[in-house]
Amino acid sequence: MRDARWLVRLLADPAAAREVEDWTSLIAIARSESLAGSLAWRLQQAELPPRVEAMFEAARRDGEAARVQALWEAEMARRALAPLGMPVILLKGTAYAAAGLEAGRGRSIGDLDILVPRRALPDVERALLAAGWEWVKEDSYDDQYYRRWMHELPPLIHRERDRMIDVHHAILPLTARPKPDMAAMIAERVALADGLFTLSPADMIVHAAAHLFADGDLAGGLRNLWDIDRLLREFGERDSDFQPKLRGRAEQHGLLPAVARAVRLAHHIYKTPVRCQAPISKSLVLKGSGQEKIGYRIAATDRLHVRRLLARDGWGRATRPLTRLGFYVRSHWLRMPPAMLARHLWVKARKKS
Amino acid sequence: MKYVFRLKVGPVSFRIGSQWRRPVAQLRRLYAGYPEPDGVCDFTVRLEAERFWRRWLRPSVAIRGDYVLPDAAPLPLAQGLLAAEMGMNLQMALGQKRFLLLHAASVERDGRALLMTGHSGAGKSTLGALLGERGWRFMGDEFALLDLEDGRLHPFPRAVSLKNESLGLFDGVDPARLGPVLSGTPKGRIRHLRPNSEAVARMAEPARPVMILFPRFGRDLEPIVREVGAAEAFMRLTQASTNYVALGERGFEALTRFVGALPSRAIDYADTAQAEKLVDALWRSA
Repeated sequence: MRDARWLVRLLADPAAAREVEDWTSLIAIARSESLAGSLAWRLQQAELPPRVEAMFEAARRDGEAARVQALWEAEMARRALAPLGMPVILLKGTAYAAAGLEAGRGRSIGDLDILVPRRALPDVERALLAAGWEWVKEDSYDDQYYRRWMHELPPLIHRERDRMIDVHHAILPLTARPKPDMAAMIAERVALADGLFTLSPADMIVHAAAHLFADGDLAGGLRNLWDIDRLLREFGERDSDFQPKLRGRAEQHGLLPAVARAVRLAHHIYKTPVRCQAPISKSLVLKGSGQEKIGYRIAATDRLHVRRLLARDGWGRATRPLTRLGFYVRSHWLRMPPAMLARHLWVKARKKS
Repeated sequence: MKYVFRLKVGPVSFRIGSQWRRPVAQLRRLYAGYPEPDGVCDFTVRLEAERFWRRWLRPSVAIRGDYVLPDAAPLPLAQGLLAAEMGMNLQMALGQKRFLLLHAASVERDGRALLMTGHSGAGKSTLGALLGERGWRFMGDEFALLDLEDGRLHPFPRAVSLKNESLGLFDGVDPARLGPVLSGTPKGRIRHLRPNSEAVARMAEPARPVMILFPRFGRDLEPIVREVGAAEAFMRLTQASTNYVALGERGFEALTRFVGALPSRAIDYADTAQAEKLVDALWRSA
């Protein structure tokens, strides 16, 4: 297999499993993209060769154990932070799992990501350190850098459970051009049964899109876009007014371009249905009549994104180095203004030598 | 990738790809007679250059695959075979979730298996390999695979890695079963030994474990046998397992059943003849 096309095809359409010949390559790609668990759930009903079925069965059980572990870690953070009496909002994988969302099914969950109000940061930091978390790296430049410009504290790790926690107070670095309305995001949070919170449905997607297209270099992008596909489908089915709400919310946070790109690419790669009267992206086209005939036309820059997202060969190797490099450079460009970027890279380079 | 070798060991299959010919040629020779996996492989291992020019210039082999350790050091090309072995171990340690994985050697006789575990250097690997040459069926020297459902042990008879002094103990074996001598590796001088034909022919046959052994090798040790309680055996095996934590409750259940049903013994020995005698005596009483 020359790229990840088969993987995304199977995620979108499990019936295509009948046509797969090279399962070893497909699984290597899925593992490299952290999508093996999601694929295993997606193909639960599909007819598979017995050995493949046994591997997916193990992956599903593994995902289940990982889910329990992630929720336990969230509970540990809740206990440590409960005395502060402020909202703790779960983000990303842990949030999807805690809210029982489709996006959380079989999803690999690494660190615990939480969002707290910025003014509460000093207290949160103290409480976590007192409860057994420690700084991962001690470097005064990095530490200063995180505290002044980033949207999160430097990473902490728990000394007994060996799990990392990322404490966010915003969804994008403070140096990035879009300035999401964090007060509104925190105010609209949704309570879970155990005293923790998640973001509102629309804000969950805004966050996922911001993370994917306005911040990073698209590493792990297929998995993040899969999250977006699952969330769009699930929220869209629950609430027929969801798309206009999402659009309004994306505009409020200054992230409409990122959200529009996420919706177009999810539609293009995972066949996410377009169910709306008020389109999120202007490039909505009618390919015929009826709901299924509506699609998004993808822009030239979208094609570059697709090229980057699928850059993985049948041995699980990263391919298309130039495209990757381009997105890597772009991620820094998005993250901070040019003069600051130059200074940052200068300091980093000197530290290395 | 340019050179590919597919290998089945017990219930697990690997696809190994390499940018260089030599490691794959060495694997082919070392694993001659092993079955070829039919269909899908459980794990992919890649032996590739750390940086692209390192394929030709002072070539060094980075160990990659489905599962990777971010800070794993590359090995010189001359140790490519070791890199492949380490790559397979890494996939098992990080990715194997169908069995409880115990860092242990195991051997079988009359359908009943003996598990030997201990810190590296305790001699379990050497002892397992020696017993495999003396009437026992060798099941593996690196990992024992405990079935999570029925509690049986599955063989995983990979090539034995003989280290330093233990190389001399196998002078009598058929030279065709020995790999190249690898000097200056992170673990000293290493030579791989292919398990005998019985071990290979019966690699699909699991066995019921009947005893857990904690051997300890030391030149000044008196040969003794000590009973080990279930609680101590449990704790030591959690440390010897690479996936106990990841398996969650299922791992806990499988391991408590395992230590609850089997007697555990610790043995100290100063040479292999003593060890064999101790094991034989214990085996007769079991």
